[in-house]
Amino acid sequence: MAYTNDYGSDGATQTTDDIYPQPLKILVAGGFGVGKTTFVGTASEIEPLSTEETVTVASAGTDHLDGVQNKTTTTVAMDFGRITLDDQYILYLFGTPGQDRFWFMWDELSNGALGAVILADTRRLVDCFDAVDFFESRGMRFLVAVNEFDGSYSYTPDEVRGALALAPHVPVVLCDARQGSSSTRVLIDLVTHLLQATAVA
Amino acid sequence: MSRAEGLGRRAGPERRPEGRDNSWLDADAGRLVRPYTVSGGRTRPSVALELLSMVRATGRALKVDLTPEHTLALDISRSPVTVAEIGAHLKLPVAVAKILLSDLIDQGAVTARPPDPAADPADRDILQRVLDGLHKRLRQ
Repeated sequence: MAYTNDYGSDGATQTTDDIYPQPLKILVAGGFGVGKTTFVGTASEIEPLSTEETVTVASAGTDHLDGVQNKTTTTVAMDFGRITLDDQYILYLFGTPGQDRFWFMWDELSNGALGAVILADTRRLVDCFDAVDFFESRGMRFLVAVNEFDGSYSYTPDEVRGALALAPHVPVVLCDARQGSSSTRVLIDLVTHLLQATAVA
Repeated sequence: MSRAEGLGRRAGPERRPEGRDNSWLDADAGRLVRPYTVSGGRTRPSVALELLSMVRATGRALKVDLTPEHTLALDISRSPVTVAEIGAHLKLPVAVAKILLSDLIDQGAVTARPPDPAADPADRDILQRVLDGLHKRLRQ
């Protein structure tokens, strides 16, 4: 978007820091139906919210008339949740569709994000390839959380790591996104990983 | 359209929402009011707002009547809240919520602060506070 951050020095919209908590964000990625909405909902302290971001994108793969830029407006559903960390920081979780045609949106969302959780379903591991590629290419730290569905064949974390060709330092954890404590532990694992990565860097 | 007109009531039957759940949304039919009708057809906010910009009502009294959506947005902003949350509560696309909020900012009814661009996501102090906050949540 063309209008980001261009009013930071406008005194009229500024007030003292103490009344505004600082928002932080973690992204929750993964293929359709992998449990992103469930994960965000159980981890959140508020009822899971969803909204739409209306975006205009150049339509790919279609013919267009000479001199007419083909654009299409689309709405993308986003789930988000909130965790109040302390009196100064609030963590926001954003879950959005994982298909690569929505990556333009991830560009904005990933800006300033602490890191990402990629939810994986071992029956459809291929669905999270796009997300792994995206975060690797952006240098965004992430972990893979295998959401264990009832009746799904269980693979070991190492098998998942191998199938996704993950770097050795990327954590692979198991979770049950229906349980808030399990989703929260995934976030703890992610932040622990981020702290370790920062210590090394 | 002038700013005051943008803030004012639309023509037609008056119908204020009685609560946050009473937006013009029918579970079966979907939206009863097309989203950009709420913004008076405008598609761009007058003030730059981001998804995670924090907004907060100033308490300043307004001279113009507000539309139900403006009123609801103002009500939600009584404590600091993100633009994304307001969109969700209004059950409107974020782009439309940004326009409504920019009207309120122009009127001095709401102030906004963008996410701190200087906040380093790799800052160890911040990460430690996130970790502490998550552990605290786990114990709740």
